[in-house]
Amino acid sequence: MNAMLKFIVAIVALTAALNVFAAADLEVNTPGVNAIKQSMQARHAQLAGHYNSGAVGLTADGLIALRDAGAVPLAQRQAVNALVAAENNDRNALYAEIANANNHPEWQAEIRSTFAQRWIQRAQPGWWVQSGGWKQK
Amino acid sequence: MKRVWIAFTGLALSACVTINIYFPAAAAEKAADKIIEEVWQTQKADKPAANQPAAKETK
Repeated sequence: MNAMLKFIVAIVALTAALNVFAAADLEVNTPGVNAIKQSMQARHAQLAGHYNSGAVGLTADGLIALRDAGAVPLAQRQAVNALVAAENNDRNALYAEIANANNHPEWQAEIRSTFAQRWIQRAQPGWWVQSGGWKQK
Repeated sequence: MKRVWIAFTGLALSACVTINIYFPAAAAEKAADKIIEEVWQTQKADKPAANQPAAKETK
């Protein structure tokens, strides 16, 4: 019976340990994530002006979109489209990479929606965000 | 007695599986904030600087 008691204590301890582990940070410090982050960081310098002008907005699905092409001079429009496409590629890759880095590819959708909410919440005043229609912050 | 042990082992194993299936929403939010901060190079948003310990070097 004594051994049994010890076993139960061990189980309780193990479960507690696992709980702590489960509550720990999501792993986001991998070479893959860092590379995508740096690429996005470099691109942001070019995108910031378009967020400010309202040409580009943050979508509800964690991406960005050209919402007002009229705010971009015709000559630049193609470049902006390319920027948006490249940014969305990186964002999709980022969500997938985080899910994979944590060995839970099925978390990708939840990671995306978490990011979507946080991008929108942290958007700067004047930027356009999509939450039940486009709104200006 | 042996059966009880088996039952407990089963319980322990199922606990492992269950715990790891849940999406850590709070951790994800924190991780997202950190990445967004680095990408946008913002330091604030909704919380004061106190929450940002010894800012990691961004190169």
